[in-house]
Amino acid sequence: MRLRLVPKETSIDFFSRWKIWLGLSALLMVLAFGSYMIQGLNFGIDFRGGTTIRTESTQPVDVAAYRDALAALDLGDVAITEVFDPTFGPDQNVAQIRIQAQEGQESVASEIISDVAKALSAVDSGLKLPFPSVESVGPKVSGELIQTAIIAVLLAIGAVLVYIWLRFEWQFALGAVAALVHDVILTIGIFSEFQIKFDLAIIAALLTIVGYSLNDTVVVFDRVRENLRKYKKRPLAEVLNLSINETLSRTVMTSVTTLLALISLFVLGGDVIRGFVFAMIWGVIVGTYSSIFVASAILLYLGVKRDWSKPDANAGTQFGTNA
Amino acid sequence: MLKIEGWKRVLIWAVVLGGLLLALPNGFYERVERSNDAEARIEAGFESQENLDDAGLWPSFLPSSLVNLGLDLRGGAHLLAEVRLEEVYETRLEGFWPELRDALRPERETVGTIRLQPSEGNELRVRISRPEGMARAMEIARGLATPLQTITGALQSDIDVASDGEILIVRLSEAEQIATDERTMAQSLEIIRRRIDEAGTREPTIQRQGERRILIQVPGIGSAQEVKDLIGKPALLTFQPVVGRTTDENAAPGPGNELLPSLDETGIFYILERTPVVTGETLVNAQPSFDQNGNPSVDFRFNTAGARDFGEYTSANIGSPFAIVLDAEVVSAPTIQSAITGGSGQITGAFTIEESTQLAILLRAGSLPAGLDFLEERTVGPELGQDSIDAGTIACIVAFIAVLVFMALSYGLFGIFANIALIINVGLIFGLLSTLGATLTLPGIAGIVLTIGMAVDANVLIFERIREELKTAKGPARAIELGYEKALSAIIDANITTFITAVILYLMGSGPVRGFAITLGLGIITSVFTAIFVTRILVVMWFERRRPKKIEV
Repeated sequence: MRLRLVPKETSIDFFSRWKIWLGLSALLMVLAFGSYMIQGLNFGIDFRGGTTIRTESTQPVDVAAYRDALAALDLGDVAITEVFDPTFGPDQNVAQIRIQAQEGQESVASEIISDVAKALSAVDSGLKLPFPSVESVGPKVSGELIQTAIIAVLLAIGAVLVYIWLRFEWQFALGAVAALVHDVILTIGIFSEFQIKFDLAIIAALLTIVGYSLNDTVVVFDRVRENLRKYKKRPLAEVLNLSINETLSRTVMTSVTTLLALISLFVLGGDVIRGFVFAMIWGVIVGTYSSIFVASAILLYLGVKRDWSKPDANAGTQFGTNA
Repeated sequence: MLKIEGWKRVLIWAVVLGGLLLALPNGFYERVERSNDAEARIEAGFESQENLDDAGLWPSFLPSSLVNLGLDLRGGAHLLAEVRLEEVYETRLEGFWPELRDALRPERETVGTIRLQPSEGNELRVRISRPEGMARAMEIARGLATPLQTITGALQSDIDVASDGEILIVRLSEAEQIATDERTMAQSLEIIRRRIDEAGTREPTIQRQGERRILIQVPGIGSAQEVKDLIGKPALLTFQPVVGRTTDENAAPGPGNELLPSLDETGIFYILERTPVVTGETLVNAQPSFDQNGNPSVDFRFNTAGARDFGEYTSANIGSPFAIVLDAEVVSAPTIQSAITGGSGQITGAFTIEESTQLAILLRAGSLPAGLDFLEERTVGPELGQDSIDAGTIACIVAFIAVLVFMALSYGLFGIFANIALIINVGLIFGLLSTLGATLTLPGIAGIVLTIGMAVDANVLIFERIREELKTAKGPARAIELGYEKALSAIIDANITTFITAVILYLMGSGPVRGFAITLGLGIITSVFTAIFVTRILVVMWFERRRPKKIEV
């Protein structure tokens, strides 16, 4: 007896309401963008400079006492958040302190760190010193990091566009890239809506989402190409539907195994990478959705060349017989 | 039909075994690490029984490369420093001034009196009282230039000479600036390396990044401050002639002079000639010691050039004070009692023993040619790193088991084949990581977990395809063959696109992100290999043995 998440044969009609799905995606993207415009992202120090200190204490964290202790140091904008995690021991109380970049300084002066240590140990007798981690990024580097991050994401999307265009057709490439942009925007949207810390690792997660979403899209497209060769006369919507149904079992299987792995990392992997893993979980869900409801729907909207009767079945480049 | 040629089988198993063998040391991390450290010590000439015992912990015929743990896992300090290259230009030009002055003096008839003007940055400005003699002055200045071989082979002067009314301006030429920058960077790297090595930390990374930056990573150090204390202090030792002594911190020192505070007497300032008699660069040795009163002090010795300059100056200036200046603070300003020609001396001051030891180390390692700005600092304590490793390991194991169970439930025997391939896959990732000397970071662990989830994708594609082919194809062997064949294009396309993003991440990312890109990229390569070749060989071997009439995937 086999475990089957998807019945042996499916014939779900994915495209009867494709305009609604595209509209829904567009709406979500507008919402995500709106949230980004209104709230903005909760940038970590990687992108806006400043210092984060992770504190650990045997005493319960008293955020108000911490704040009062640090107010005396006159460090400008200071944010203190307590960190909870199931992997912590009973007397492990962790907090994250973020201090804005100091005027006229590249990275934080060590006097500030020792002042903070002194001020906090005055109000918290169980404080562990030196701090478990201190990170400080100057405004010069953070500016460059933003720039490189944006370039990296654009470069990845561009490279993918070119690759799919070479392997398939431009309509496929556009469909795939539309799905990618959709995934990236929705991910940024959820980070701005819930004000989750957005740092360098999240960029890595974004690029992984790009890779994963693409993986899914390419598998569907590969089947579409094959079926277009097989059924020359059937309408495009039917061919797309058939291809998605045929690959549905695989799509679900892979998403489930990936999610299984990611969820175990989310629960057990510690708080340091939780935001990163959250981005990827969200990306896998959105990416799976978008490869069907965005990439394929756009393909349907754009239409596609129907004559695939080329001698070489594997090389699907448009530099072949008829471009 | 369903066949794999003999040599291919041998090759596939050889790759698998080789990879797993390379991964093996990571299973015994601490043991191998101790053995490796001991071997390194024996190599360096410390052949004690303890070291030999430790070295024997891991047999020498087995591979012993380990995965490097990133600072976020092992704990340590990461600093990105920018070198103030322009400071060296100033020093160069300041050093040029006495030479220029001495060359212009005999020509006083034509150029008139010469006076150094306060300069801004990369310029030496000299006022001459007879502007009509400017042409001659420029000629003299140019005559002092040294030709410089550039990369293109053309000879270029190391200075540019220009004039502005009655001001003679000397700048470093562009070629000289580039050459100076290179020298400064090389020197800074070398000095930082020496200072960190003196402190005895293991496996520090000191790398140049871009034009003027240096990345410093020191594992096992608890705070960035410790690293900065070692390298950040300029420890610039100079011996400068004293012009005067004052309590007015706003006193105008006059051109060519500077006002520096005293190290231990608050409120006391010295006016010194800016150009030093000798600098710490001419030191060949420095040792912590004690002066005749039993206070901690530092003994030093000059090289021949330094000893000569110092000897000449002291014999010409007996009775006048000179200052020992460390990092722009006057340590002491003794009066020269007699000519010091032996080339050695002693620095005394209100030092503690630790301070005198530290000072000796800094003096021995030489000083940085230019100041550093720290742009980025990250430190992670070893405990947090260990917590991350533990959490990551547990997450990996749980993810692994979940995927294994799920695959076995979904595909039965074929799922078990995929699981064997998955285990081999993770082994191969570690084997490759150790061989390449790549660094495993916390996001890197996430990359491995993600790979565990995604690696089965290729197998899922193949198995789903076999299921489909079973409906139409003639017999199971043909279905399996078609399954592998037809799934291939989707597998390749899907993995190449993911690989592209991993490469971009690697190229654009830094630190931990790069670690993630590495495991993701390697994971793609190994998962394609195991899915296409390893599961196939398993399926074929099983098929040859059983010859089933009917298969269920």
